[in-house]
Amino acid sequence: MAGVLHQLVAGLATGGIYASVALALVTIYRATHHVNFAQGEMATFSTYVALTLIEAGLPYWIAFALTVIASFVTGVVIERLLLRPMARAPALSSVGVLIGLLLIFNSLSGWLFGYAIKTFPSPFEATTAKGLLGGYVSAHELGATAVTLAMLLGVFLFFRHTKLGLAMRAAAYNPASSRLVGIRVGRMLAFGWGLAAAIGAVAGMLIAPVVFLDPTMMGGILLYAFAGALLGGIDNPLGAVLGGFAVGVIENLGGAYVVGTELKLTLALLIIVGVLLVRPAGLFGRALVTRV
Amino acid sequence: MIAGRAALLAGTTVLLAPLFLFTDYHLFELTLAIATALAILGLNLVTGHTGQISLGHGAFYAIGAYVTAILMADYDVPYWATLPASAVVCAVVGFAIGLPALRLRGHYLALTTFALAVAMPQILKYRGLEGLTGGVQGIVLAKAGPPFGLALTPDRWLYLFALAVAAPLFLLVYNLARGRIGLAMAAIRDHPLAAEAMGIDLARLKTGTFAISALITGIAGSLGAIAVQFVAPDSFPPLLSIFLFVGLIVGGIRSEAGAVIGALFVQFVPDLADQVSKAAPGALYGLALIAVLYLMPQGAAGALRRALAPLLHLRSGGAPAAGTGGRRANPGGTRHVE
Amino acid sequence: MSSLLEVRDLRAGYDAGEVLHGIRLAVDAGGVTVLLGANGAGKTTTLRAISGMLPVAGKIYFDGSRIDGRPTEEIARIGIAHVPDGRGTFLELSVEENLRIGAYLRRDRSVAADRERVFGYFPALRSRLNQQAGTLSGGEQQMLAIARALMSCPKLLLLDEPSFGLAPLVVREIFGLLRRMRAEAGAGILLVEQNVTLALALADRAYLLEAGRIIVAGSADDVARGEKIRRSYLGY
Repeated sequence: MAGVLHQLVAGLATGGIYASVALALVTIYRATHHVNFAQGEMATFSTYVALTLIEAGLPYWIAFALTVIASFVTGVVIERLLLRPMARAPALSSVGVLIGLLLIFNSLSGWLFGYAIKTFPSPFEATTAKGLLGGYVSAHELGATAVTLAMLLGVFLFFRHTKLGLAMRAAAYNPASSRLVGIRVGRMLAFGWGLAAAIGAVAGMLIAPVVFLDPTMMGGILLYAFAGALLGGIDNPLGAVLGGFAVGVIENLGGAYVVGTELKLTLALLIIVGVLLVRPAGLFGRALVTRV
Repeated sequence: MIAGRAALLAGTTVLLAPLFLFTDYHLFELTLAIATALAILGLNLVTGHTGQISLGHGAFYAIGAYVTAILMADYDVPYWATLPASAVVCAVVGFAIGLPALRLRGHYLALTTFALAVAMPQILKYRGLEGLTGGVQGIVLAKAGPPFGLALTPDRWLYLFALAVAAPLFLLVYNLARGRIGLAMAAIRDHPLAAEAMGIDLARLKTGTFAISALITGIAGSLGAIAVQFVAPDSFPPLLSIFLFVGLIVGGIRSEAGAVIGALFVQFVPDLADQVSKAAPGALYGLALIAVLYLMPQGAAGALRRALAPLLHLRSGGAPAAGTGGRRANPGGTRHVE
Repeated sequence: MSSLLEVRDLRAGYDAGEVLHGIRLAVDAGGVTVLLGANGAGKTTTLRAISGMLPVAGKIYFDGSRIDGRPTEEIARIGIAHVPDGRGTFLELSVEENLRIGAYLRRDRSVAADRERVFGYFPALRSRLNQQAGTLSGGEQQMLAIARALMSCPKLLLLDEPSFGLAPLVVREIFGLLRRMRAEAGAGILLVEQNVTLALALADRAYLLEAGRIIVAGSADDVARGEKIRRSYLGY
């Protein structure tokens, strides 16, 4: 029983990271109907940038903030320059451009920062000693989860209660009508990309202390995030977040008791295939109710 | 037709010349290039012709390689006899994947096949299957030698063997693409609803295409395994599927020549770029991919065709743009009716 | 130029071909102009052209300045509110959010007051404030669409077939509201309609569009009494 509880708690901790990346994926998907295959590599690159700033002497949270801002700007630029022209192109073209971005960011990380595995500092105390909450979580896990939840709450409030957030949602749902009320839809899409890039950067910086930083850090995580986003509903941010947490728990419990740790990625694959076949809208994706 | 015969002669010369001109090592690399070209040819069937985006074809390559390896190592099957077995296994797996793939399209399908590619190494490493797959260490294969005591080095023989296997498959796809089935595939790619209304059995054609595509890529994997004499889970990472995709787009979709060009690009770019930095090949792939999608969506083959058309009086037939619908990307953005 | 909106020699179309072959119409400030015509005549295309949703040739003047060629968002910014065919409701958003997004361009403080005014026209909306817009009935969605447009305090309202698909009673109600709005709000209205009787009763000016050309133009009364309308629509 203690083992299950442990796995559950650990699952929620990693689930928070999956939830964040899932949120980034959903933000872009809702606006553009593109799956951002490059999300993981962009997050890894941002994490390297943060490490460089920290190693240059900047305090952790300053480096954190600067990285988040730089990632936001990068996301906006990528949308504006590379993806806007692909908006009306067939799926193969947009998938291709995103895969190209994946390759470029992956290479950039390796080229600029090397392929050696690096440690990334945590702003919370020890990273591995599980001393808190009755010995189930480490300080970092607890702190990271808190930061993740704070970020998710912030994003939620932003979308619900600010004018810009409402405009971004409107632009994602109905670009034509959005233009008619004066919303510059292109700008909203760019902001969406910027926001997703920023969220990805936060996720990367929170997971790096645990899994160590190298150019392939986010590969598996991206897959779990996809699974979480699909499970929760790829057009529903709240659902995607819940899906991310769920996948974290499933991964840990499944890995410990069902398939063994070696097949955990296969679990993600099974979740993805299962959701897409059984209920493509995900658990919470809104099957739209309309009356003509 | 003189032009046709001249082309055939020239082509055969070009293909056989390496036997006399190149070293064993270079022939080994060319053999791998042939395997890669065959793999891309397979991918072309689903992604290029039928419009089903697959980022997971490396999985079929891996399965073909492993079928060959297991049969050769555990059952002493001669290398050439493993090919039919590999073909059958991969066709079945391809069909099995093609069935659920019917429900998915565009980015969703790309995502699912990508998940397959990411999960594949883990599946191959799985301890439960270790007896079969040799686990992390993989399987070592014996060298394939020339038959009938022919006076050829194994590498030269394998090059010929690979050509002999690939050529009929290329011909098969060439004819398939230009016949009735090719038209049906184009219809499914561009106007699925209309295609269905016209009586084309979408499900059968799509799953059938997946099966044949997997078969071809699987045979490519077998060839690769025979040449390299080694299979291991880490030989088939998700990047393999991505490189096949890059080769497809850069070479030119829906083009058999494009498969060859794409394979040469994917195969030899690392050789050159590695000298600059370990990161250079990936960056070059990414840049090439994006550049091609923006500047010449028909890939290198398309560009060549356009350049050579006036010289050879070729019909400039062929699909207008990468992907479905023949609609080009609009740089700069335009106002549109929604 | 005394008209609020003036369109001269407007040509527009889609990939398949040109739909409007040089039309001319005008809307006065505070007045109602109705554009009549059969299906496929080009009525919706006209509104879309004015809204900048299509590339156009010709001249469109709004409040004295040329607006043809400008993007839709900009045209919304200068005070034109377009309720498109199909209503264009943000189905996933709530009623309250639809109204809020209608006021997107407003920076002043009287948005809340305008919301009250809108509820005055459409009391049914007040009780459905937090309901998802997609779950509203057709008539309610039409009212919401008009309300959304009003929230931006437009100078010109473009209405595309507000009566479409609605029960006669509901249509009557909507036209009654339009009459009130015209009296109180002072905005000009360009109305595209199939319901000829109600439209002509409301309008000051009327145009009849046929196959992309204006074949009848004049005051609503004259047009109502004229031959062509009677023949085409009223059958005698």
